[in-house]
Amino acid sequence: MAYLIKGAHVVDPQVGLDDVRDVLIEDKTIVSVEPSIEAADATVVDGTGKYLVPGLVDMHVHFRDPGFEYKETIASGSRAAAHGGFTDVATMPNTEPVTDTGAEVRYQIDTARRAGLVHVRPIGALTRGEKGESLAEIGDMVMEGACAFSDDGHGVQSAGMMKTCMAYVSQFDRAVLAHCEVESLSKNGVINSGRAATRLGMFGWPPLAEELEIYRDIELCRGTKCALHICHISTAKGLEMVKAAKAEGLPVTCEVTPHHLFLCDDDIDETYNTNLKMNPPLRKASDAEALRAGILDGSIDCFVTDHAPHAKHEKDCEWEIAFFGTIGLETSLPLMLTNLVNPGLMSWTRLVEVMAVNPRKVLRLDPVTIAAGSAANLTLIDPTRTVEVTESFFQGKSKNSAFLGMSLTGCATDVFVSGKRTLIDGVVA
Amino acid sequence: MDSYKLKATIMDEAAMKRAVTRIAHEILERNEGSSNIALVGIVTRGVHLARMIADEIEKIEGSKPPIGTLDISFYRDDVMRHIAPVIHATNIPFDIDRIDIVLVDDVLYTGRTIRAALDALMDYGRPKTVQLAVMVDRGHRELPIRADYVGKNVPSSREEDVRVRIVPIDDCNIVEIWEKTTTEGSEA
Amino acid sequence: MLSVKHLIDTYSLTADDITQILDTAKSFDPIVNARTIKKVPALRGRTIVNLFLEPSTRTLKSFELAEKRLSADSISMGGSTSSVVKGESLADTIQTIDAMNVDMFVVRARLAGTPQVITQNTDAIVINGGDGKHQHPTQAMLDLYTIREHFGHLDGLKVAIVGDLAHSRVCGSLAPALKTMGADVTLVAPPTFQVGDPTWFGCNQTNHLDDVIEDMDVVYMLRVQLERMEGAAIPSRREYNRLYGLSLEREARMKPNAIICHPGPMNRGMEIDAEVADCARSRILDQVNAGVLTRMAEMYLLLGGEE
Repeated sequence: MAYLIKGAHVVDPQVGLDDVRDVLIEDKTIVSVEPSIEAADATVVDGTGKYLVPGLVDMHVHFRDPGFEYKETIASGSRAAAHGGFTDVATMPNTEPVTDTGAEVRYQIDTARRAGLVHVRPIGALTRGEKGESLAEIGDMVMEGACAFSDDGHGVQSAGMMKTCMAYVSQFDRAVLAHCEVESLSKNGVINSGRAATRLGMFGWPPLAEELEIYRDIELCRGTKCALHICHISTAKGLEMVKAAKAEGLPVTCEVTPHHLFLCDDDIDETYNTNLKMNPPLRKASDAEALRAGILDGSIDCFVTDHAPHAKHEKDCEWEIAFFGTIGLETSLPLMLTNLVNPGLMSWTRLVEVMAVNPRKVLRLDPVTIAAGSAANLTLIDPTRTVEVTESFFQGKSKNSAFLGMSLTGCATDVFVSGKRTLIDGVVA
Repeated sequence: MDSYKLKATIMDEAAMKRAVTRIAHEILERNEGSSNIALVGIVTRGVHLARMIADEIEKIEGSKPPIGTLDISFYRDDVMRHIAPVIHATNIPFDIDRIDIVLVDDVLYTGRTIRAALDALMDYGRPKTVQLAVMVDRGHRELPIRADYVGKNVPSSREEDVRVRIVPIDDCNIVEIWEKTTTEGSEA
Repeated sequence: MLSVKHLIDTYSLTADDITQILDTAKSFDPIVNARTIKKVPALRGRTIVNLFLEPSTRTLKSFELAEKRLSADSISMGGSTSSVVKGESLADTIQTIDAMNVDMFVVRARLAGTPQVITQNTDAIVINGGDGKHQHPTQAMLDLYTIREHFGHLDGLKVAIVGDLAHSRVCGSLAPALKTMGADVTLVAPPTFQVGDPTWFGCNQTNHLDDVIEDMDVVYMLRVQLERMEGAAIPSRREYNRLYGLSLEREARMKPNAIICHPGPMNRGMEIDAEVADCARSRILDQVNAGVLTRMAEMYLLLGGEE
């Protein structure tokens, strides 16, 4: 199958491209990128007025498969990913059973292949059962295709255990993705400590619980030389520590979510909208502002959703017993375009770095460039198309979005995954 | 909101005074003096009317009957259809058991206020009799209730509003009829 | 008529709302405390469900008495008699009860925000009878009533709220209501019991009861929730009593006309010494009486104000 994408504005900082080009795809590969291409046999995709970028990667999602298929499956999550414009997603290991052996990694990759909509890149657990007690079979998982390691959902509470994990992972050229949370400080916490917690009468999950563990893990990184990637950073101070580590030359990167960038604890009011209950929690407005500055100036490497599907009954209840998290795959690009790119705060080049180039680096995936010979993983974006965020908009199984009710501008219209068109003018194939 | 305009003044100060004097005489005649009676005014204008009647009785008999005030907010049958009325405290500083009670109100109309007042009164005790004195009876009863003492019978239309003005709530003692100037029907 | 449809928290109430509640409660006082027949037919035929998802005998009985005195038909459902404990979701429970044509829910819950969730699942009016660590507005109203009865006003009064503020829905609702009415509020607690937001409603904060007790018109002692002591925010009952307990010695230093309140039930010998609880300044039993009056007022104003 051949596709000719005509007249799109192609942005790929890896090859210094930021101009209108025609792109010809044959089978799984980009075969030609030129100002003008004619190809009689190819299906023409009109890219006029649109942007063509290397396929977007969301390196932090929860597909709940196996174990919690009532929330999301690899198949339904794949549809959400395609709808959101992604060619690759990295799935966190807190499934049931936990992804802590090669067989579990293999299951996800095989299931995703059958779904055929997105490359699923499984992340393996650091510790067996994510219990923080003993090493998982990390080497076995690397050999089956695990792209990184994390106990996401929890911090590894014991510093000694974390040191062992990082030292062990350091032999494999993989990063440790650290969910940072000192549980003795965040115990019972369901909302950021401070004004909203006091007003709404709930236990706080303080910034310190996150920052203390970021500090610890950076120090362990210094000792073990293991690549460290801080998950869903949520506070200004945490970001300062990451910046300092980078300035020192340590192999430290970090990521931020749309909800921590564009929402804050002031958005939580007496309606107790449980779709705003996150881990880590929405922080202060000043934290969100610092994170927005960080993603613009390069100190935050990756933009991820922490896509966390939950069934209706798990959210339609009292805040204190509601599950943590929001879905994100289908709103992440529209939020970025609406809030940062379209207003001119963020360049298209920077968008491509945080949503395509850098995540592949952290996950040690082969780079995808818009150049002849590269794998045809591409996302075509219409920056003007309107997205009304309603429950029926979502293609995934769960509808627990923190962004319901918003009207956004700009979204992916077409996605090519290894040359297969998985999103066709906004409709999942 | 409907708006009203003044149609006629049907009792002036002198007429009201004569009516109060007559009612006082009728009460005394019927009850054979003032020894066993007490007046209970329904807030707010009924209270002041009760005081006027009590003053007249004092002039005639030399002693003033006890006066109580009764708020019927908690006894209305239309609590659910109206916003909660401003509440004034009920104050009945005497035992009503075996007493002849004269309830006093300014206007008798549908009878629902008096029905509520009777219920409220019964929760305070068991009077020997309950009688009703009003300044104006304007008709249109919705319940089998009648007044024992009436200042003036004023046949009125439902579209009209009969207003009794009493010092010190108002600046003079008169009775007026106001008519509705808007045409939309309203059951309020 | 109140500016709110439901009574969920005190910071949504205006000074006029609070004054209406207290004035209406006052007009129930002669009915409840002077008459032989202590009830009125104001809410005759109205159906009220007391949904107590967390056990509380005092508050439940106070509401039940208030309902009876307004002639409402009420039923009470507790954790042990409802299906809430059987895995049914709150929304299911509410919709099931609501199908029986209920006019009002009085809700007591272990989790913050429960009454708000209920408003989203019913057309009935909801009164919050205490939700988690969030709010307990009917307690705040009875406290204000008690204090106003003693002083004749609320504005300008200096009120100390002493105790486990961090876990206290009583403090969470009383302090904002006092501020709305123009009182000056000082929060007294060990640092481990202070509220999380230091700017909270413009209250003063201190760790030292002895520094402020002589200036206060009202000393409001909170119950220390012994069941919430895990995690050791204070070392012992004994030490708490020594630092923060209202002893006779501290009571003697209070202003001549100052009063003592406590929401009950008291831990005698911990936050308040037995002799102090029973002394002339104590308004603790007045608070109980005020509870029925103010709850009658709240139900009357909310249901009576409905179209």
